[in-house]
Amino acid sequence: MTALQLLFYGVAAAMVLTALAMVLSRNIVHAALLMVGHFLLTALLYVLLRAPFIAVVQVAVYAGAIMVLFLFVVMLVGNRPVELEELLTGRRAIGIASVVVLGGLLVYAVWDGAPAAVPGSAQAVAAESLPADFGSPGDLADLMFRDYLLPLEVVSALLLVAMLGAVVVGRQQLAGPANGPGAPDDAIGDDGPDRGALTDATGDTP
Amino acid sequence: MILAALLFSIGLAGATMRRNMIVVLMSIELMLNSVNVTLIAVARALTDVSGHVFVFFSLSVAAAEVAVGLAIVVAVYRSFGSVNMDDVSAMHG
Repeated sequence: MTALQLLFYGVAAAMVLTALAMVLSRNIVHAALLMVGHFLLTALLYVLLRAPFIAVVQVAVYAGAIMVLFLFVVMLVGNRPVELEELLTGRRAIGIASVVVLGGLLVYAVWDGAPAAVPGSAQAVAAESLPADFGSPGDLADLMFRDYLLPLEVVSALLLVAMLGAVVVGRQQLAGPANGPGAPDDAIGDDGPDRGALTDATGDTP
Repeated sequence: MILAALLFSIGLAGATMRRNMIVVLMSIELMLNSVNVTLIAVARALTDVSGHVFVFFSLSVAAAEVAVGLAIVVAVYRSFGSVNMDDVSAMHG
């Protein structure tokens, strides 16, 4: 077993551990931080799989932007540790059954081809015909701006629409039923002073 | 790829069994990420850079999805005072 293989399996085991810990953690902030760890490990795995550009993008987008978003929302929503019984109740039977069945099927389906992708393994070394700049930004841009130009533009439009949608969803609730004519007051429910402060702050905007 | 399958299953477990919306969103991210791992591994095995381009696209879609999802979480929290999925079952305005 070569050093590369050892590193790969170590990173893989750490990824599975962080993912499990994330799903099972009781504190949202802990879960978010475990998610950052998981994504950083994923970036390391991408480097091992000869995808340096994607690894950098992974760190910037996931460990940077998405993480900041999650932590912001945790901050807004407040962090209340859940009880351990609450953690795994609720549709538990369906959840466990579907996870076991699907996980078993997936592992069974990919079992044969798995070793070929492990860097440093005999199969990978035998198939080692990668050019030196495999996965470099130039290589990628060549493909992306020539063969995949239309999907690229569609994705950028999608991002724009999603951001606008997020702003609209957030803002509608800010302006709230206090300003909207005909909004039923009894639908607001039990949220008391918090909403009052929000609608006061934006009360003069139409 | 077994790794990716395991990660996808864990993400699915999180998505189906947790009640907190934020953790459910994180689990969805986990599943998307495991698919990315698979794509990169296949790109490596087939020595084809197209897989990297697909991962790039799916990263963008994941970012968009997280932005919208978290905006919905904030909106739901403002109108229901909770991010627990069992509290938010009413569909009337």
